[in-house]
Amino acid sequence: MIAETSSSGTPLLEVEDLVVRYPVARGLVGTLQRRPKLQVHAVEGVSFTLRRGEMLALVGESGCGKTTTAQTVLRMLEPDRGTIRYRGQDISRLSSRRLRPLRRQIQIIYQDPYESLDPRFRVRSAVEEPLVIHRLGSREERRKEVAEALRLAGLDPPDLYLERYPHELSGGQRQRVAIAASLVLHPDVLVADEPVSMLDVSVRAGVLGILSELRAQGLGILMITHDLSTAARFADRIAVMYLGRIVEEGPAQHVVNNPQHPYTRALLSVVPKRDPRERTTPQILRGETPNPVRVPQGCRFHPRCPWMIEDCKSVDPALRRPAAATSPDHRAACIRV
Amino acid sequence: MRAPLLDVSDLHVWFDLGGRGEVHAVRGIDFSVDEGERFGLVGESGCGKTTAILALMGLLPPNASVAGQVLLAGENVLARGEDSAAPHRWSEIAMVFQGAMNAFNPVRTIGEQIVEPMELHDVAEGRVAVLRARELLEVVGIPADRAARYPHEFSGGMRQRAAIAMALACNPKILLADEPTTALDVMVQAQILELLTALANDFGLALVLVTHDLPVVAQVCERAAVMYAGVIAELGPVDELYHDPRHPYTRLLFAATPDLYGDDEVVSIPGAPPRLDREPIGCPFAPRCDRAFAPCPTVTPRMLEVGTHHLAACHLNERVVEAVS
Repeated sequence: MIAETSSSGTPLLEVEDLVVRYPVARGLVGTLQRRPKLQVHAVEGVSFTLRRGEMLALVGESGCGKTTTAQTVLRMLEPDRGTIRYRGQDISRLSSRRLRPLRRQIQIIYQDPYESLDPRFRVRSAVEEPLVIHRLGSREERRKEVAEALRLAGLDPPDLYLERYPHELSGGQRQRVAIAASLVLHPDVLVADEPVSMLDVSVRAGVLGILSELRAQGLGILMITHDLSTAARFADRIAVMYLGRIVEEGPAQHVVNNPQHPYTRALLSVVPKRDPRERTTPQILRGETPNPVRVPQGCRFHPRCPWMIEDCKSVDPALRRPAAATSPDHRAACIRV
Repeated sequence: MRAPLLDVSDLHVWFDLGGRGEVHAVRGIDFSVDEGERFGLVGESGCGKTTAILALMGLLPPNASVAGQVLLAGENVLARGEDSAAPHRWSEIAMVFQGAMNAFNPVRTIGEQIVEPMELHDVAEGRVAVLRARELLEVVGIPADRAARYPHEFSGGMRQRAAIAMALACNPKILLADEPTTALDVMVQAQILELLTALANDFGLALVLVTHDLPVVAQVCERAAVMYAGVIAELGPVDELYHDPRHPYTRLLFAATPDLYGDDEVVSIPGAPPRLDREPIGCPFAPRCDRAFAPCPTVTPRMLEVGTHHLAACHLNERVVEAVS
């Protein structure tokens, strides 16, 4: 059910130098006192591509800009700078009317299937709704599409689920309904924002397996997650974000097994392992993720970096291939690697 | 051998659903915790882990009824309801509730809120209590002068530290922590887990870590109990739970947990836990188990000793035991 690409060489998504800032409310008093206008530098020059049949995981701690990046790609937020190309076409400044047909192609799955599904809608209506909104198909065609989407989302046979309400379903089943509702429009890009973090561990792999399967069928999947273990096991590529920037990016196995950026190293070291014998000493960074309102000069990670040298305070490093990289597609933004 | 600090035996909890029957949420669990020990209670949502520790605190809602024995300093805290639970609560056994870091009163300072339980329980008052609150903040890694700050001035990780300080206000010997790191980033999670481990090591505090997160238990705890459908499926040293699981649920739960460096396939467990508004017949895990055989659907498995301090409730072990004897 996935449309064939006309030019398989063109990436599905190309994001270039994306910048998104939010104004910080000064309040009446602040305005009268003419306090400086402050901005949250949510995303500061993020670039990545997403190809057909690929799952890219954007990982990072809360406040790193991963969700803002995803929402901007979906054009739910306006970028301050940069371009977003979908199949080669710049969509970053399209009007909402011209954007509408494209919205079918890029769909989102939210974190919480307990909130994203309307409790009054049966599964049938929830999955059919996008088709109705986009005025697609006859009643009979829609019925077939709904059944097919449910099957793709692993709710098989669909008849078992069509007439149920969300409260009659488990968390994993609800998330599958949400996936079905996004698939019914035949998108070629899925943005999955923490798709399993609200689900019980025993059913997470099933939902991630569905996403893997869709990727194998040619969809491009942008997964937003804070869970490095999930990214390591399911994504093809990982991009690690810190304070609005991608600080390291590459094939998942290379980033996990041969991390280059000191932030990635620290982050990987604190991920708890299943095996109690692997009690490595975590390299715990002190303090909290710094405030994106006041981004440090030079390398934005330098105030917390265990490897910091004098130059790091002034040089803002660009992503480039590290000397010790084991893959040509592995890049890190650190002057010391 | 000395008696354990906390000794739970045959603990049951029922919730009366008011005309819609009742739910038998905890169906007879046994475990004990020693001084300075880090014990994990793991399981998925609805397995009864939070209900069990609320019972230890005597903080179950009014529609709950409890049976069994919870020995704390030699006294059964369940014997006379609130009368026997209240003297121990906070002073012997304390709890950090799930989401505690978001439950501070926004209009009172952190310091005032740590002092409050001390005065309520006659541990300290006035200037002494204020000094003690400042000390406690230092213990959990917050500079003492922050006592005068309000909750909104703290980050999530700092509020969680403050919540731990508050639980420690009355000098308990046992700390129950319910999903203490679930809403936190990994880096902050590592800091909080480091703190909890240090409290057990440095002050002999017994820690009961309640979580759905197996890797967290594997890294922090010495022993753990894996709960399923209101019972303990397996209990033992975490090393054996991972390397030599004796209940299929333990093995499958580990297999469903992605590991950073694992190369085995991550597989989910088909099906869902049974409803507990009617008594499950046989092994509660049988419908989802990949090793179920003849007795499983009808006969409830006994808890068997399968190793030193290692127990599991699975018929597969029964066969092994018979074969050996």
